Amino acid sequence: MAKIWILLGERLALGLVTLVVVSALIFVGVELLPGDLAQQILGQSATPETVAAFRRELGLDQPALYRYMNWLGGVVHGEFGNSLANGRPISDLLGVRLKNTLFLAGFAAVISVPTALILGILAALYRNSIFDRLCNVIALTWVSLPEFFVAYVLVLFLAVRISLFPAISSIDAEMSLAEMLYRSFLPALTLMLVVIAHMMRMTRAAIINVLASPYVEMARLKGLSRMRVVLFHALPNALAPIINVVALNLAYLVVGVVVVEVVFVYPGLGQLLVDAVSNRDVMVVQSVGLIFAAAYILLNLLADILSIVTNPRLMNQR
Amino acid sequence: MEGSRKADSLLLTIRDLSIEGRSANGWTRLVDGIDLDLHRGQVLGLIGESGAGKSTLGLTSMGYTRDGCRIASGSVRFDGIDLVACGERVRQDLRGKRIAYVAQSAAASFNPAYRLIRQHCEVPVVKKVMTPDQAQADAIDLYTKMRLPVPNEIGFRYPHQVSGGQLQRAMTAMAMACRPDLIIFDEPTTALDVTTQVEVLAAIRNIVEQFGTAAIYISHDLAVVAQMADRIMVLKNGHMVEQAETRTMLAAPRENYTKSLWAVRSLAREAQAPAEPSATPVISLTGVDAAYGSARVLHDVSFDIHRGRTVAVVGESGSGKSTVARVISGLLKPSRGEIRFEGHTLKADYLARGRDDLRHVQMIYQMPDTALNPRQTIRDIIGRPIEFYLGLKGRAKEERICALLDQIELDPKIYIDRRPTELSGGQKQRIGIARALAAEPKFIICDEVTSALDQLVAAGILKLLERIQKDFELALMFITHDLATVKAIADDVVVMQHGRIVEKGLVEPIFSNPTDAYTKRLLQSVPEMDPEWLDRLFAGRREGDR
Amino acid sequence: MKDFLQTFKSAPPTAWFGMVVIAVIALTAVFAPLIAPYGETQIVGGQYEPWSDAFLLGTDNLGRDMFSRLVYGTRNTVGLALLATAIAFGAGSVLGIVAAVMGGFVDRFLSRIIDVIMAIPSLILALMLLTIVGASVASMIFVIALIYVAPVFRLARASAQSVVAMDYIEAARLRGEGLGWLVVKEVLPNIASTLVAEFGLRFCFVFLFIAALSFLGLGIQPPTADWGSMLKENATLISFGDITPLLPAAAIALLTVSVNFVVDWMLHRSSGLKD
Repeated sequence: MAKIWILLGERLALGLVTLVVVSALIFVGVELLPGDLAQQILGQSATPETVAAFRRELGLDQPALYRYMNWLGGVVHGEFGNSLANGRPISDLLGVRLKNTLFLAGFAAVISVPTALILGILAALYRNSIFDRLCNVIALTWVSLPEFFVAYVLVLFLAVRISLFPAISSIDAEMSLAEMLYRSFLPALTLMLVVIAHMMRMTRAAIINVLASPYVEMARLKGLSRMRVVLFHALPNALAPIINVVALNLAYLVVGVVVVEVVFVYPGLGQLLVDAVSNRDVMVVQSVGLIFAAAYILLNLLADILSIVTNPRLMNQR
Repeated sequence: MEGSRKADSLLLTIRDLSIEGRSANGWTRLVDGIDLDLHRGQVLGLIGESGAGKSTLGLTSMGYTRDGCRIASGSVRFDGIDLVACGERVRQDLRGKRIAYVAQSAAASFNPAYRLIRQHCEVPVVKKVMTPDQAQADAIDLYTKMRLPVPNEIGFRYPHQVSGGQLQRAMTAMAMACRPDLIIFDEPTTALDVTTQVEVLAAIRNIVEQFGTAAIYISHDLAVVAQMADRIMVLKNGHMVEQAETRTMLAAPRENYTKSLWAVRSLAREAQAPAEPSATPVISLTGVDAAYGSARVLHDVSFDIHRGRTVAVVGESGSGKSTVARVISGLLKPSRGEIRFEGHTLKADYLARGRDDLRHVQMIYQMPDTALNPRQTIRDIIGRPIEFYLGLKGRAKEERICALLDQIELDPKIYIDRRPTELSGGQKQRIGIARALAAEPKFIICDEVTSALDQLVAAGILKLLERIQKDFELALMFITHDLATVKAIADDVVVMQHGRIVEKGLVEPIFSNPTDAYTKRLLQSVPEMDPEWLDRLFAGRREGDR
Repeated sequence: MKDFLQTFKSAPPTAWFGMVVIAVIALTAVFAPLIAPYGETQIVGGQYEPWSDAFLLGTDNLGRDMFSRLVYGTRNTVGLALLATAIAFGAGSVLGIVAAVMGGFVDRFLSRIIDVIMAIPSLILALMLLTIVGASVASMIFVIALIYVAPVFRLARASAQSVVAMDYIEAARLRGEGLGWLVVKEVLPNIASTLVAEFGLRFCFVFLFIAALSFLGLGIQPPTADWGSMLKENATLISFGDITPLLPAAAIALLTVSVNFVVDWMLHRSSGLKD
């Protein structure tokens, strides 16, 4: 039993280290920005005195390590500094945006994860049937489609030709849940369609991989029904890869919303990031990048831990 | 007793059965026109080499065909039920309850996600033969009957927590759970060491006799089948070669093919005088210790190999015999001791060795499939060491390659441009030998080179190695777990257990009169071509216990 | 040669569809100036003119011919994606095989770097890098190559590792062969088919990625014709129920679907032959 704790501890430590390394990279990346940050913000016309004053204001005259520690310390307390574009505290912007993005991702996940798993299991169960082949071709087509294509097709048909849903998903905190769900339906549907295909394919592949193993043949030779073989003998052993795929797609739902948010003008983090990149508002880019990276790393860490915990070989040492 | 069986005691009848498997160019026959009768309580041995169709036939007796296989014609009747025509539901109901299966690798065939006893109780509970409590109590009873240690606890372990021999017994117990009429044993002891195999064989035979279960026992080892079966059927390429009562088969096999099944056993090396003690050995190990990380795998290993002699290093899995090869070749650095080649010390790491030292120590591997690069032609494979070590190019190289191919009895015109995938296992192994010879070495390590091959092919390889050794006066080290191979090829033997040498010396005196207790047990555990052998062995052991 | 033809004959309809589409797109890219009736950036009419004989697919937001831009876009979008994929592929697979063959410190060092790249979501990484180096075609190719080195490295390393475990590699090492021989002559030929299939898949990802970046306005810059930015520039038309802006997106989808179909068939075939 002791070994598993060491293993879990290692993963946790590794995740934390990655997070620190990534934060450092993000920080250094901004440092490497060609030209002086203050100069860039103020433009070429600014006098050297104003630039120097502005540098002091931004704390740019301090050594880099000191500023990094300062920044990181602030981030831990929820202080991200001020936006360069409009001078507002970034944390004010982030709070609402993060909530909106998580709402959208959660909406998509709640529906897509169970759907994908059920479809994947069914496809594996009825392998090589018409149903399976159809699923396979549709899924293969679907994973190849660019998100913005799916998004605009949905807009064209469900918002323009038939006005079922709004093409622009403006939501705010005052709305009721039903209103929010209605308004964010199209972006959520786009995300669902994109992740379901991928998760379904991977679930099917994971189960089929296990179906080839001798213990599954043994289960069939014990005279167990097909359903029982797949659900009780194959599925538990395919859990680790499936968990990984689900985590990867959840991470994608949080992080990959960027394009979808832009299409639907959804007030989330992705939209904020794209705007900031266009304005070269590095402070915001830095902060949003860090949040996305952290979410991504944490979800992958969670997947790692879950696949250790579901592995009887690791859970029950000799 | 056989004669007194009544006609209505027939349990399984197979008539004119043909099974086909899908391959690149359509359907090929795996089993062709087999007839088979099995009475209640009788054990039939199915024997043959790889690709003979034994497992396919065994599985079809349960009405089961693997994916990509189909029954082309014929019938399989189990206790009056037509297993080919009846629906899947009927077959499903029979399996596990009335016909059970014991697979070759229990380690792979138990589901890693569940405890043994849960898997044991699954069938009796799902099929409503027993309540969960009854099934559990019965499982423990069967574990006791299979002579498993701590029978009331062992079932609550996961498969990876139990040793291979014990898993195989637990699997037999699981097959017995519903007291089936018929059990298919598909090479249940092939993956086990000989000393473990004996115990498992005895336990299986005991329980089959106790419940009067009929069985089909599949194996490639005639000596093993002889202990288990009343009657033996020999298969080759899906055809039946012959069928007879066990005694008759062993005493007077009708077909030459049957005799070839024990080809290696019939080889015996001429005894040679002990090596000249004053001569410098080609390879000499003194006080070698080695470890993988913190696990020590070799303890104080010392032995010599002289010119023109073959030393067999014998042991079971985990004895450290393959580690000896890794240490000599420089893949694993010894933590203590030294290795000398013709008197000078070899560097511990192969990367530090000179080209000449590398050239003189060559390896031949166990698995012909992984020993040759599938993307290279035979010309590349044999030509590379010639060019690398001897600097030959163009015509000279080509001539050397052809000479070597002649040496290993493969026609250069046919084989030089082929790739390994176009060769049989035996041919690949010959190419492996040619690659080693191409370096013109003084010493070759043969690591289980015949264990992946069928008997007749293995015998051919052994004869070839012996001839080549004579021609070039090579020193050979032969790593093996098979004692028949030792007799066939070696002058000297080194017996290893748990990383130590327990006995070493000339083959003949050690085999006829072992002094070490482990060597004795190892020699005793090798099945003999005698149906009474297992009984005698255990009678002898009980005698010894008293 | 006969085997080759036979292989093609046995291809499923999906793979056939894929191969035909890829061929058509490749030809379009090569002969773009011959096919397109107008120049790439030539303004030939008013804004958003409807489909007509003169303008097959109408005109865009600046009055340029949609059809001509679509044809030229093939060249730019596909060409850039191929270039970026090729760079990522060359670097990733060589490093991956070297890591697998050498093992030890080199392997751990390279793997850790790759782990860090993989730990950051690729779109986010690209956006941040592009903020730093500025949006331009050269920087985009550099950024994409850097990001996609990571998955290619992982795949090449994993498949090379299973080859490195083989006895023939041990035999070559014990013979005294150097790193170059091991990588090029012993390992690479054995994982080449895996890498080729992976190239197809990666190309799709890279292609979609470039399209997404261009769509966000951070990829290929105007006035160069490109499928991603064409959608962005003309998206307004969609709210009037016009499907024209969707055509470049459909072209993207068509190509990726086709490549995926072909790769899927190739993978299926190579795995089927193994058993």
